[in-house]
Amino acid sequence: MIKKLTKSIREYKKDAILTPIFVAVEVILEVIIPLLMANLIDDGVYNGDMNMVYKIGVELIICAILSLIFGMLSGISAAKASAGFSKNLREDLYKKVQEFSFYNIDKFSTSSLVTRLTTDISNVQMAFQMIIRIAVRSPLMLFSSLFFAISISPKLSLIFLILIPIIGLGLYLIVTHTHPIMEKIFKTYDKLNNVVEENVSAIRVVKSFVLEDEENKKFNKVSNTIYQDFSKAEKLLALNSPLMQFAIYLCILLISWFGAKLIVNTNMVEFTTGELMTMLTYSIQILSSLMMLSMILVIVTISKASAERIVEVLEEIPDIKNPKNPVKTVANGSIEFKNVGFSYIKDKKRESLKKINLKIKSGETIGIIGGTGSGKSSLVNLIPRLYDATEGAVLVGEINVKRYDLNSLRNEVACVLQKNVLFSGTISDNIRWGKEDATEEEIKRVCKIAQADEFICNFPDGYNTYIEEGGTNVSGGQKQRLCIARALLKHPKILILDDSTSAVDTKTDNLIRKSFASDIPETTKIIIAQRISSVQDCDKIVVMNNGTIDAIGTHEELLKNNTIYKEVYESQTKGSDTDE
Amino acid sequence: MNKPQIKKGTIKRLLSYITKKYKKQFIAVFICIILSSIANVFGSLFLQTLIDDYITPLLGIENPVYTELLKAIGFMAMIYVVGIISTYLYNRIMAVISQGVLKDIRDEMFNKMEKLPIRYFDTHAHGDIMSHYTNDTDTLRQMLSQSLPHIIMSIMTIVVIFFGMLYMSPILTGFVIIFTILTVIITKTISSKSSKYFIGQQVSLGKVNGYIEEMLNGQKVIKVFTHEEKSIEEFKKLNNQLNKDMYSANKFINILMPIANNLGNLQYVLIAIIGTILTINGTIDLTIGVIISFLQLTRSFTQPINQVMNQLNSVIMALAGAGRIFEMLDEEPEKDEGYVTLVNVKKENDKLIETEERTGIWAWKHPHHDGSIEYVELKGHIELTNVDFGYEENKMVLHDISLYAKPGQKIAFVGATGAGKTTITNLINRFYDIEDGKIRYDGININKIKKADLRKSLGVVLQDTNLFTGTIKENIKYGKEEATDEEVIEAAKLANAHDFILRLPQGYDTMLSGNGSELSQGQRQLISIARVAINNPPVMILDEATSSIDTRTEKIVQDGMDKLMDGRTVFVIAHRLSTVRNSKAIMVLDHGRIIERGNHEELIAQKGQYYQLYTGAFELE
Repeated sequence: MIKKLTKSIREYKKDAILTPIFVAVEVILEVIIPLLMANLIDDGVYNGDMNMVYKIGVELIICAILSLIFGMLSGISAAKASAGFSKNLREDLYKKVQEFSFYNIDKFSTSSLVTRLTTDISNVQMAFQMIIRIAVRSPLMLFSSLFFAISISPKLSLIFLILIPIIGLGLYLIVTHTHPIMEKIFKTYDKLNNVVEENVSAIRVVKSFVLEDEENKKFNKVSNTIYQDFSKAEKLLALNSPLMQFAIYLCILLISWFGAKLIVNTNMVEFTTGELMTMLTYSIQILSSLMMLSMILVIVTISKASAERIVEVLEEIPDIKNPKNPVKTVANGSIEFKNVGFSYIKDKKRESLKKINLKIKSGETIGIIGGTGSGKSSLVNLIPRLYDATEGAVLVGEINVKRYDLNSLRNEVACVLQKNVLFSGTISDNIRWGKEDATEEEIKRVCKIAQADEFICNFPDGYNTYIEEGGTNVSGGQKQRLCIARALLKHPKILILDDSTSAVDTKTDNLIRKSFASDIPETTKIIIAQRISSVQDCDKIVVMNNGTIDAIGTHEELLKNNTIYKEVYESQTKGSDTDE
Repeated sequence: MNKPQIKKGTIKRLLSYITKKYKKQFIAVFICIILSSIANVFGSLFLQTLIDDYITPLLGIENPVYTELLKAIGFMAMIYVVGIISTYLYNRIMAVISQGVLKDIRDEMFNKMEKLPIRYFDTHAHGDIMSHYTNDTDTLRQMLSQSLPHIIMSIMTIVVIFFGMLYMSPILTGFVIIFTILTVIITKTISSKSSKYFIGQQVSLGKVNGYIEEMLNGQKVIKVFTHEEKSIEEFKKLNNQLNKDMYSANKFINILMPIANNLGNLQYVLIAIIGTILTINGTIDLTIGVIISFLQLTRSFTQPINQVMNQLNSVIMALAGAGRIFEMLDEEPEKDEGYVTLVNVKKENDKLIETEERTGIWAWKHPHHDGSIEYVELKGHIELTNVDFGYEENKMVLHDISLYAKPGQKIAFVGATGAGKTTITNLINRFYDIEDGKIRYDGININKIKKADLRKSLGVVLQDTNLFTGTIKENIKYGKEEATDEEVIEAAKLANAHDFILRLPQGYDTMLSGNGSELSQGQRQLISIARVAINNPPVMILDEATSSIDTRTEKIVQDGMDKLMDGRTVFVIAHRLSTVRNSKAIMVLDHGRIIERGNHEELIAQKGQYYQLYTGAFELE
């Protein structure tokens, strides 16, 4: 897992390596400084020796300046390395997601991918910065302090050797006990956010049903769980500081007692008062590095889950990839389904499409009609290879879609999705998605075909009108027409409209189809619709039912022979005038 | 995130949350912190006593007696024990206080949110509202459980040490103060620089995360348009900017500590030199032992000051967050001056008598000024007279709307997006209040009706079907909590949802997560219709409620609803004219005015806008 992540360090390797080195120098200086301070007192102040005070004072100032310089250097390189690492990691992740097929996206779900690219990366970055600075600092501090302590007095250092494992164990126990509670808290937090989010977006429903009190109860329950768990965790964590204090105080007392005896017994030969003070400084340094280590343990364990989630994405294999020696040109807009079966979860028992056989000639206009969940969208999604058929083969231009270069195929098969999205940017920017270098004339032309030109020109800013994220500032019908224009700009050989005119009024809908017929006659057009009027003039109409093709025919044929089609038609034309 | 700005009174208000419920505990925390810091300072002072009073006298003595030393250490141990216990207690109590306060704030926030008018949600980005619960509360937690005790502890230590130093040598203390002020100025300059970059970092982070969210939400469109390269390119730009800002911000934060630490070291040396010089010169009368103790104190003095400086940033962030939370808490809640309530009644000799029983007959209980109470049977007669309305002042969206719907009638609104169809329904259930005119429900001005009762009598199905996390059954029961399983199934059958629900692996117990993404848009609409149907309200508002359902299913649903709606009033908004054709009256709206009204035949005969819309669909025949 670590290997996978460290790959993203790349050009920041230098800084990532320099940081611990700088930190090491800083630490050594920090260990020397208390030694000098003791000397300053022992040899200078105590004896009232001014020269000694100056001499050691200058040494101390030099050490402080050096420590300052290295401290700053390590801080700067740590900032550089960690910001750089997170940048690269974010980029790697983003690129990876761009390779994902629809299947991969569905598997993770969009919101979970967003969390992985945002929160999780921040967590990992924090841990990374911690590790390159403090994970070096603490053990180094621990060992060098211990080393100097032993060199001053091996006997007294035995105190540390006994205390360190005990404190270490204590801290370890606290951390390992709080961690599972913290994990639980994070999950509960998700729940809490979920309740809030649902209430924010569904406030109209809540208010309509007058269920504010119920929602309050729901929220309070989750909120209370967090309160209890968090209190539990924090109560455990509250043991941290007293434990440390206990250790430090115990050290002070033990060193004082044994140190004093040692001084008196050996008459300042083996151990001096100045050394006693230095020992105490080291004891604080040793114990606080232990504390730091336990903190790192916490942060690393917290970020471990994040790191795992990130690696999961990095390791996901995109299930649709370019074939070897791909075909780069699509000969024509003919389509053929040969015995096609398809399941979203790759489970043959739960197929959304079963044994589909269908031939569409280049340039034909095909209508698809069928109830909710009958498999219309699944069927057309297979054409630009958004999903792979689980069984059978889909052919475009007489060649299996799996043999095409993905970009070439998708550039020729334009698909206006049912759940369509506009991006923040101007209308022109949005339409240019179809073709980056399109001229203004080209854009205007496709907008005219999609019957969007008129309303765009009615906006004060025309084609430069800014579309808000998600296209919230245009109506549903306008959004759909913009999406159609965007697809048309690709000059595709096949155009698929997946229920893309449902919010467009019937008259405009009709105009769109008319301009399709006159302006892009060569393009194969597949129109999924709910309205009979949207498909009735198609060359062929496919009636879907429960993942199979129920019938294929023209409007007249189907009206005569197909019950489903007839029912749909009647539901839309006759209405219930007679009910009154 | 905006630039942290702290409104006056935020701190006081935040503290009031603590003192309101946890006054005693907070005082205990305070005392414990004082004890703990005294014990700590004692530790620094103890060393000198140890050397001067207990070690030096024993030097050179044969067979030294350690009982005095042991006593001193025992005394010190006792002080330490008090210190440790105090530390544990204040940490523990503070954990309870901070979590309790957070819970209170969270609950109050949600409670308040539920009371806010729809306008608030329409005018505030959902992400911003959400961030009160996530980011803002999080910074608050950090502050309460970490920064606050730290700061109190540090300030206490500073005070105790300061007096200790002052007692030993006022002159040297003066030097320390000068040095400390210098340190504070330097660190402050750096941290203010860093906070500038920090804001920059937050802005870029917001941009990157916003971009990620938008692109991932449109990931399928990106695939369809083979736009992957382009989106990576744009992402790189934003990501590089973030990298720059993040580097600058962290750089300053990271160098703050070494600077502060080494300034402390410098101070130590200078005080040592000054102290020694002054003593040797005889300017001040100090023993060497005092100087050594004093030096020890200066070291313990700079540390807590650095601590406070360190915590200050997070306190500012937290206070800014608290300010935003309070802003929401201070929002004006939805007002409700209604006094007419909905009660169960039974009929006796043509008179309505209020009862606790569930009779199935409802009536408006209307207390009059003279003290008399009138009962008006709930029928669903709605009347709008000369209604004007605008979401913003001086920008009217509805002009002079008058219409009525008698019980059992189906009234449809037709018109372009933005014509004001949904706005009318928002007025009937008082999501918004009208500017001018009157709306009457069974002859009662709806302003007099309690909002909760008014809304209970109206069933609303919206185009955006918001389902809740929970099972399908729970979602349908949302309309009527006490509903039995049979009622749930009945309602589902009516909405034609029963069949597909049974086909799901867990049937009615299928869990819906998030926004019910397991179901298709059409299926979700069917469930939201069932959710309303179960309550059987006298008036229903269907706002594009069947837009994602295929027409064949819609027909079945409508037949079922027509049965249900027998004798009930229905308002329908629909794009598909086939949905509204059998309405008693169809209102064609344009720019907030009713331009045509009548039933289908009349409107067709009129050959106006409706006719054009309608024939648009059948031009090809």
